[in-house]
Amino acid sequence: MKNRLNSEESLELFREEILRSRKSVKPRIAVCHGTGCQAYGCTRVSDALRAEVDRKRVSDKVDIKTTGCHGFCERGPVVVVQPGDIFYQRVGPGDVGEILDKVLNGKGVVERLLYSDSATGVRFTNYYDIPFYKKQLRLIFGNNGEIDPTSIEDYIAIGGYSALAKVLFHMSPEEVVEEVKRSGLRGRGGGGFPTGVKWESCRKAPGDIKYVIVNADEGDPGAYMDRSLLEGNPHSVLEGLIIGAYAIGAHDGYIYVRHEYPLAVENARIAIEQARQLGLLGKNILGSGFDFDVRITRGGGAFVCGESTALMASLEGKIGEPRAKYVHTVEKGLWDRPTNLNNVETWANVPLIISKGAEWYRTIGTENSKGTKIFSLVGKVNNTGLVEVPMGVTLREMIFDIGGGIKDGKKFKAVQTGGPSGGCLPESLLDLPVDFDALTKAGSMMGSGGMIVMDETTCMVDVAKYFLTFLEEESCGKCVPCREGIKRMREILNDITEGKGQEGDLELLEEISNTLIDSSLCALGSTAPNPVLTTIRYFREEYEAHIKDKRCPAGVCKALIHYYVIEEKCPGCGLCVKACPQGAITFMGKKKPVVLDESKCIKCGACYDICKLEAIGVK
Amino acid sequence: MADEVTAIVNKYNNDRGQLVAILQDTQSVYHYLPKEALMKVSEILGVPLSQVYNVATFFRAFSLKPRGKHVIHVCLGTACHVRGAVKVLEKLERSLSIKSGETTPDYRFTLETVNCMGACALGPVVRVDGEYFGQMNIEKVDHMLRQFVAE
Repeated sequence: MKNRLNSEESLELFREEILRSRKSVKPRIAVCHGTGCQAYGCTRVSDALRAEVDRKRVSDKVDIKTTGCHGFCERGPVVVVQPGDIFYQRVGPGDVGEILDKVLNGKGVVERLLYSDSATGVRFTNYYDIPFYKKQLRLIFGNNGEIDPTSIEDYIAIGGYSALAKVLFHMSPEEVVEEVKRSGLRGRGGGGFPTGVKWESCRKAPGDIKYVIVNADEGDPGAYMDRSLLEGNPHSVLEGLIIGAYAIGAHDGYIYVRHEYPLAVENARIAIEQARQLGLLGKNILGSGFDFDVRITRGGGAFVCGESTALMASLEGKIGEPRAKYVHTVEKGLWDRPTNLNNVETWANVPLIISKGAEWYRTIGTENSKGTKIFSLVGKVNNTGLVEVPMGVTLREMIFDIGGGIKDGKKFKAVQTGGPSGGCLPESLLDLPVDFDALTKAGSMMGSGGMIVMDETTCMVDVAKYFLTFLEEESCGKCVPCREGIKRMREILNDITEGKGQEGDLELLEEISNTLIDSSLCALGSTAPNPVLTTIRYFREEYEAHIKDKRCPAGVCKALIHYYVIEEKCPGCGLCVKACPQGAITFMGKKKPVVLDESKCIKCGACYDICKLEAIGVK
Repeated sequence: MADEVTAIVNKYNNDRGQLVAILQDTQSVYHYLPKEALMKVSEILGVPLSQVYNVATFFRAFSLKPRGKHVIHVCLGTACHVRGAVKVLEKLERSLSIKSGETTPDYRFTLETVNCMGACALGPVVRVDGEYFGQMNIEKVDHMLRQFVAE
């Protein structure tokens, strides 16, 4: 049972006590327990490791830790050894014995588990030399690898809650607001509104009861930064939230977490419990006289609830319908009271700004986009995962230097940023810097940080249809432009992908788009046209091939493609014959190419996927 | 059922602002939202049944129909989509002989789609109950299903 901390000094003493108890620097083996690594079975790895440590009776010689997400999810399960920042990837339960031996010997590495560059074959021992990490600046996300998210002592040991103490005992609420304003911090959820200005408006709004909310409803498909941050370092978000509450004058807060993130809910719940126990949350925090407490609420599976007014409606027990925003939520938000809502990553930036100062923060990033941003670099790249870079790094650097280029030797085609509110950008724009403004000028946006890379096998018309299908499902239905407009656009795109496109379709799509932009109630509707407009702008020839020639160049749209056997390449192994659910392929005997009956083919792609010799073609 | 539901609503202090959470807890007990349960919630909270249904039908997480023993979620997020999630979904539909949104006649499996599970680097992703299966393709589907039929 821990004692409540009742002053700044007691927090410092507690921190020193923790550091002292850890002074005997034992080597440490950290197993990543982020969701990505969990899907790869990291729990079996950490269980095997602990069992091995017990078996060898060496628990006094080495520390085993489970941490939050390290970001390099493509290569999970990830294990990092200190000292040495040794990065092991794709670790299986059977590998733990060797890893442990090398650690106990004090030298040597398990070569085959190191990351190696697929082009050059060079192996990297040290974490930070790996191309994926080299260009990153992991100010916010880096701590995930240092701490067990369920241990408040770990967070305090790395300096956690010292920013809160500084604020409570050495800064007035107005000074905190000024510092955040000066830092240039802008909302990381996609809107990019200056955070300090939002806090100031909420602080000044009349009313004694105010609320602060963490928006963890990360709905952009392809983005999972907030998930990994909340799962891997929940205290950083909590600390930022308490600081913000102090600055604004709020005593109640909510963390609204997406339904699909059970581990984030659990780790946040544990963090809150631990903070309460230590007196860092609740009444009279650290003996400062400031009261603040928070509860966790789960979303119900609705993308629109990421929109702040819809989120607040859902918190009130209603359906997630947005409302007009000329009445600002900072004045009348949750229960009609002044409410400040910010994204998970935005809150996590706050302790850093307070600790190191706004001037230091301003040295990172571009003119109007200060600080770092965490991106979800996924899709057809070699190195998929979560990446944190200073704003201003180019798309090219992200995709090729950090991402390692396009998978399977294919050619880059487009990068989609900003989720369903963003757009697809072509090769010619790869040198654009990634920040709040540069991508918006090109018709897309940085958004919450999702960055999906596409190659020559991606059909851009299909991508536009995909986004509209998504938005049609997620539209709350309240306003006509969004409810009817998105549906009509999706129907037109359906027709185009089925070979029923007509002259004038593109102009019609543009016309409906303008209506949505001008008159939708919320940003779901007003930004819905972006994927369509950018793909028409940069990939018009692909649309025209679908409409005029009834052809899908990328080989995706079922109604317009057909599979065929490339006879010179087919040795008659029969794998495709077994895979075909319709019996459309006939085995003709060994060393004879198979025969595909197109009349039976349902274009499922099973034969194409299973063939190892590329003997099935599609066009 | 009445007692169980009453307990859940009481746990949230009969606060109508907690309607979504109440329905979530109710669903985790019955694996869907039975009509009787919704009527009870409406009665205790003093909220019109139409409003309870409003919320129950708005959010994707809720199901008004009984679901199978194992719920299969196929992620249709963008990263999974470009890596071939649709083909995996279609293969599951063929193997189970049901369409997305439906349950097998023996109530063993329910097949649903999710608009992003947040495991984007492993796409295409399929989740069965709490277990995640990454880098799925047509070939791996039947093997994955067998693990849940074997019991």
